[in-house]
Amino acid sequence: MRLSPFNPRTSELCEPYNWSLWQNWLLADMYAPDHIQEYYAIRSACGVFDMSPIPKYHIHGPDAVRYLDRIVTQDVSRCAVGQVLYTAWCDDEGKIMDDGILFRLGEESFRLTTGDPWLFWLEDNTANLNVVIEDVTDLGTLALQGPFSRDLLKTLSKADLDNLRYFHMIEAELAGIPVEISRTGYTGDLGYEIWVQPHQAVPLWDAIFEAGQDYSLVPFGDYALEMARIEAGLLLIDADFYSSKRVVHDFEKSSPLELGIGWAVKMNKDYFIGQKALKAELARGLAWETVGLEIDLNSLEAVYAEFGMPLYLPYEAWMEAVPVYSDGQQIGKATSGTWSPVLKKYIAIARLRPQFTSPGTRVNMEVTIDAQRKQTQATVVKMPFFNPSRKTSLGKV
Amino acid sequence: MNAKNKKYDAIVIGGGHNGLTAAAYLAKAGKQVLVLERRHLLGGAAVTEELYPGFKYTVYSYVVSLLPPQIIRELELPKHGLHIMPLEGSFTPMEDGNYFANYPDEDDTLDEVRRHSRRDAAIYPVFSNMMYDLAQAVKPILSMVPPDPANPGLSGLKTLSAFGSHFKSLGKEKFYWLTKVMTMSAYDFLSEWFETDVLIATIAQVGIIGTFLGPKSPGTAYVLLHYYLGELDGATSSWGIQKGGTGGVSEAIASAARSYGAEIRCNAPVEQVIVKNGQAVGVVLENGDEIYAKTIISGCDPKVTFRKFVEEKDLPSDLVEAIDNFKFRGSSGKVNLALDALPDFPAMQDKALIRAMQEICPSVDYLEKAYDDAKYGSFSKRPLLGCVIPSAVDPTMAPPGKHVMSIFVQYASYDMPAHGNRDQQRDAFGKAVIDTLEEFSPNIRDLILHKQVITPWDIEKVVGITEGNISHGELMIDQLFFMRPAPGYSKYRTPIRNYYQCGSGTHPGGGIMGTPGRLAAAEILKDGN
Ligand SMILES: Cc1cc2nc3c(=O)[nH]c(=O)nc-3n(C[C@H](O)[C@H](O)[C@H](O)COP(=O)(O)OP(=O)(O)OC[C@H]3O[C@@H](n4cnc5c(N)ncnc54)[C@H](O)[C@@H]3O)c2cc1C
Repeated sequence: MRLSPFNPRTSELCEPYNWSLWQNWLLADMYAPDHIQEYYAIRSACGVFDMSPIPKYHIHGPDAVRYLDRIVTQDVSRCAVGQVLYTAWCDDEGKIMDDGILFRLGEESFRLTTGDPWLFWLEDNTANLNVVIEDVTDLGTLALQGPFSRDLLKTLSKADLDNLRYFHMIEAELAGIPVEISRTGYTGDLGYEIWVQPHQAVPLWDAIFEAGQDYSLVPFGDYALEMARIEAGLLLIDADFYSSKRVVHDFEKSSPLELGIGWAVKMNKDYFIGQKALKAELARGLAWETVGLEIDLNSLEAVYAEFGMPLYLPYEAWMEAVPVYSDGQQIGKATSGTWSPVLKKYIAIARLRPQFTSPGTRVNMEVTIDAQRKQTQATVVKMPFFNPSRKTSLGKV
Repeated sequence: MNAKNKKYDAIVIGGGHNGLTAAAYLAKAGKQVLVLERRHLLGGAAVTEELYPGFKYTVYSYVVSLLPPQIIRELELPKHGLHIMPLEGSFTPMEDGNYFANYPDEDDTLDEVRRHSRRDAAIYPVFSNMMYDLAQAVKPILSMVPPDPANPGLSGLKTLSAFGSHFKSLGKEKFYWLTKVMTMSAYDFLSEWFETDVLIATIAQVGIIGTFLGPKSPGTAYVLLHYYLGELDGATSSWGIQKGGTGGVSEAIASAARSYGAEIRCNAPVEQVIVKNGQAVGVVLENGDEIYAKTIISGCDPKVTFRKFVEEKDLPSDLVEAIDNFKFRGSSGKVNLALDALPDFPAMQDKALIRAMQEICPSVDYLEKAYDDAKYGSFSKRPLLGCVIPSAVDPTMAPPGKHVMSIFVQYASYDMPAHGNRDQQRDAFGKAVIDTLEEFSPNIRDLILHKQVITPWDIEKVVGITEGNISHGELMIDQLFFMRPAPGYSKYRTPIRNYYQCGSGTHPGGGIMGTPGRLAAAEILKDGN
């Protein structure tokens, strides 16, 4: 088991001792006995998530751009220094292996974060290019997310945060500690990720929490994060999709096009792994499409009423797939879902047959009560479910 | 066509949250609706005002729980800015330095109860279940028009018989508890369960909110249940705060109403309802303007609705008598503070409770004594204080590092004796509040940058609620259900044709709830108006 460089602080604060493991790193599920306050901090004030366990690779060398363009679906040659890209990468069959965030640190220098660790694969695919790949997972990383995250950072740094655009990064000092700040996150809100050398992790944490007192800052764990990322319509590996390299059966694999992240697949750039298969898939037509579902609460309420129960709302996000039907025929599955406290809606991410994916289509989703299978009505909607303008806005929030 | 001559389907008098809710539902049903609000801002008792630069006061009502999910859903309020954040529970500091906390997490609360009494901890979950069941039993009644048992009519008979079977299905034991809750005092009711005084005081204080009664007065157990009926996203009896103060709830409802086409005017006080041949046809504003509509709806309290807007000759004498006897007896005040920093409560072991409601009600005797002071027409020397620091959860309320504190105070009797003028009495009342709070939070006085003190007369004068009663009339059993506001006039209609009522003085009563507005709109539409 490995400990994040922030562990001296997070372990003190994780009151319910509610931890889980992420790549064998200890990760707090929540810091208070109830994660709803943490969720609300993300949407109303600001919160900090210790995302240090996320696998990180430093990719550098004269051929770094060529190398990355060969393996990921985004067009890396068009990524400016200081810019950040969301990208996927596939196998030769065009099936997604993982998704992650690519940061261009310099002309020949990148950082890639991934869901699963991929060092072996990244190295196996250098194809004699002049590039070096290092695992830099030990780097400390904090996600500071929420409407007041910018105001908070501005009290610690002279950096021009008002003009730091969404999916861009800068080098800066926070309370005198050298860091990189990227305007990125997994919550769909205004937010930043802060990258720091491990030995300065604790002082950074302390400085942020000291300043955070004025902004109702709280640490948040995985439970709150899951709710936020579903509202933001962001996918999670091992929930909304599986890595093609880690499953056995074809039906468990999916393509980025089916997952609704086709916008991050630059089909017309030079060769990349899986390109041919993806082009063929596009020509053939997609087997699945990913959409949002809004569960009809009146319908769900009626299902619970059959059991003499009041409406039950999933306060904790669920991530076990459930069947979705139309006219009694299964047409796909919902892969994660949650009650959305800000939207006052029960939402889910679903993969359905394409003829059922236009917004407004009425479908049924399975709910199980007392081990009995029931169905509730739901409506297909576009994602993200929640997309405040502050996520991308500049200047005063 | 100029606005003066425009003919509306409906005019709603009063832009309180219930008036706005009624307007939103009527507009959604395709009606041409005009809302006329006396003040410069909407919301009535649910408003936010920046009375000190940079500090937002949630001036009167401050916590939200009773607003039902149907209204949130049907009016799509989150889209219009509804954003309610849960509080951390409640914290009651005691006079001996100990405290009692009630957490959102049940097991945490149980640990707290156990710290005070193992016996109470054993029974607490049983009590919680019973209250939950009672709430579930009563909830359906709150979302329907109460049938009048004396004169039920066909649909009323159906509802009554549905009630009958509904109550039978409760089972004997719950039925008995329901009867008890309807009639007993909060203190007696709770004493049948618990031995811990501070626990009883913390629960019992809810039973006196908005009444001119003490925790040992019969009828207060029902008030307790009334406030238990709320929820936040299915979590029963949880209270939260609206982002930017409770004015945000009113603004969200107003925005929904506008999105359906309703027209809303502020600074438009209504003087009178125009009645012709026993039928309401329009209103006269204080400035003399007349505006006509097929339907007139009052979102004001019963006294204003029946004794100000219309003439006695247009009403049956039994109604006039009932309204004149309707008990308002405002007993609550408010103190809003702008603070230089977070106050310190030495008894607060768990600092997260700064995001909870801090309840100054250390014992049952404390509450009863507070009532004793008020009984003879004064304010409590050591009042019940319900404090919330919204800025600890919602940084939009105050500048960084600064805070606002919202203090709900009981008792302040509406009929304070004639000694001194009102300004002096208000000052003395405000002083009693700060003196009391200081006993539990010694640094509070030094942190105060600005203070607003509100007595029941201020509520009457500013919000227009008779005697400043927070619920538009006490929530007593003889003023509830088919007797709210008067027997025979509980179905949102009045003896004057096309004149309706939709404020908190109608079923199911006060609080930021919207249900009176929603049910009134449904009845109006049913009448074909
Ligand atoms: C101090 C205080 C604290 C409270 N705390 C809470 C709380 O924390 N939580 C909770 O749920 N509830 C609380 N309440 C109760 C709750 O706020 C009220 O029950 C509710 O807001 C009343 O809403 P309403 O729409 O029925 O009436 P009101 O809000 O009273 O609205 C009536 C409107 O009519 C307008 N009006 C009056 N006369 C005229 C006229 N002649 N012409 C035009 N317009 C007119 C008024 O200006 C007002 O806007 C509190 C109330 C008070 C006073």
